[in-house]
Amino acid sequence: MANTDGNGYTIGFATVMVFVVGGILAALATGLKPAIKENERFEKQQSILYAMGVNENTDEEGKDKGSVNFVPTDKVEEAYTNYIKESFVIQNGKILEGEDAFKVDMKKQSKLPKSERKLPLYVGERDGKKFYVIPLYGKGLWDAIWGYVSLDDKLIVQGATFDHKGETPGLGANIKERYFMDDFIGEQIMNNGKYAGITVAKGNNDPINKTKDDNEVDAMAGATITGDGVTVMIKSTLKSYIPHIQKLK
Amino acid sequence: MGLLSKKDQKLILDPLADDNPITIQVLGICSALAITAQLKASIVMAISVLFVLGLGNVVISLMRNIIPSKIRIIVQLIVVATLVIIVDQVLKAYAYSLSKELSVFVGLIITNCIIMGRFEAFALANKPWRSFLDGIGNALGYGVILIMVGFFRELFGSGTLLGFKIFGDPIGNAETGPTGLYALGYENNGFMLLSPMALIVVGLIIWVQRSRNKALIEEN
Repeated sequence: MANTDGNGYTIGFATVMVFVVGGILAALATGLKPAIKENERFEKQQSILYAMGVNENTDEEGKDKGSVNFVPTDKVEEAYTNYIKESFVIQNGKILEGEDAFKVDMKKQSKLPKSERKLPLYVGERDGKKFYVIPLYGKGLWDAIWGYVSLDDKLIVQGATFDHKGETPGLGANIKERYFMDDFIGEQIMNNGKYAGITVAKGNNDPINKTKDDNEVDAMAGATITGDGVTVMIKSTLKSYIPHIQKLK
Repeated sequence: MGLLSKKDQKLILDPLADDNPITIQVLGICSALAITAQLKASIVMAISVLFVLGLGNVVISLMRNIIPSKIRIIVQLIVVATLVIIVDQVLKAYAYSLSKELSVFVGLIITNCIIMGRFEAFALANKPWRSFLDGIGNALGYGVILIMVGFFRELFGSGTLLGFKIFGDPIGNAETGPTGLYALGYENNGFMLLSPMALIVVGLIIWVQRSRNKALIEEN
C-alpha cells in the first residue's frame, strides 16, 4: 500500500479531490440550472398571486384547508397572465419605460441607496377589483426574508405572503404559516391620514386581530427578531409606493 | 433481524439506547436544540441525517485506505458537504417544495458533529457494510431523541402535534373564545419553544435513562 503520510501524497490527494469534487458540483449545477430557474419563476408567480388572494386555500366545497396552498405549478403560468394585468418598475418617483418588473432582483436592489432602487409593482385584477402587489425584501434573524403584500385602492392590505432563507424552524420560520400571514389581511397602513406601516407587535392583547385599524398584528412566540425584521421590511418598503398607487387608481 | 450477525445487530441497536449519540456521547446537541420546536422539523432532520450519515459513512469507508491522515478532517468535511449539496440541488430541480422544506437544514447537516464523529471514529477504520450499519444505527439513535424532544416541545409549547391542535384552540373565534383545555384556563408554556428548554428536556431524558441503567453512570 502506498505511503499515505508523505507531503507529496497529501498535496496530490488534495489537488485531485478539489478537481473531482469541483467538477462534479459544477457539472451538476450547470445541468440543473434551467430546471431550477423554472421552479423559481413559478414560485415567484405563485407568491404574487397568493398575495392578491389567488390561491387554493379553500377546497371545492368552499371549506378552508387551513394550510398554505398556492396555485399548482402546472396552472400558475396561465393564472398569472389572467390575473396580473400590468406591472411597473418605479425608480426615484418615476416609472421606467421598457423594464420588466418580474426580472428585477430584489436582493441586488436592497443593497442600493434608496434613491437608486428600482421598485417593481404588479397590478392585478380579480372580480373587477384592483390589487397592487408589492414585493418586499429584508433581514430576519439569520438570513434574508422576503414576501409580497397586496393593497387595494384605499391602501388596505388584501393579502400577504412571506418566506425566508434560514429562519429557525418552528420559530421564525412560522412567518410562512397561515396564522401569521392571514393576520395582515384587512390591516391599514395609514393612521389618521399619516403613513404608519404595520408593526408585528408583542403583547398587543389582540390575538384574534379584531382591530384592523391599529396598524398592528400579533407577534410570534420565540421569534422576536424575525418579527421585527418583518416590521422594518414592511415599513420601509410600502411608503415609497403610496404616491404611485394613489396616481394609478 | 436474521439477516445480520450478532455483531452487526449491535451496530444498529447500541446507538438506540446504551450508546446513544446524544444522551451518552453528547454529540449533535446543537441541532437537537435548534430545530426541535416542532415535531415535523425534528422528523425531517432525523430522516436527512439518516440519509447523509448512512451514505457518507460508506463513502468514507471506501476511501479509508487512500485518505492522507494529515488532512482527513478536511476530506471528511468535503465528502459530507458534497453529498448534501448534490441532494439539495437535485431536489431544487425536481422536487422544489421538498427542497424548500429542507433548505434550512442543509447547513445544520453539514456541521452536525454526529456525522463528523462517526466518520472519524468508525468509518475510517471499518469496512463499508459495517460502516453503513453504524451510520444507520447512530442516525436512528439521534433521530429518536430528536423526535422525543420535538414531541414534548411542540405539545407543551404550542399545544399541537404535527400542526394538529391537541389541547383545543387557544384563540378560537370571536363568538366562542378559547376551546378545549384553554377554556379551563390552561396556557401554553412559551418557554418550551426556546432553545434552553430543549437542553432541559435532553437533560431529563439523560436522567431517566441513567437512573434506569445504573451501568451508564460514570464514576465521580
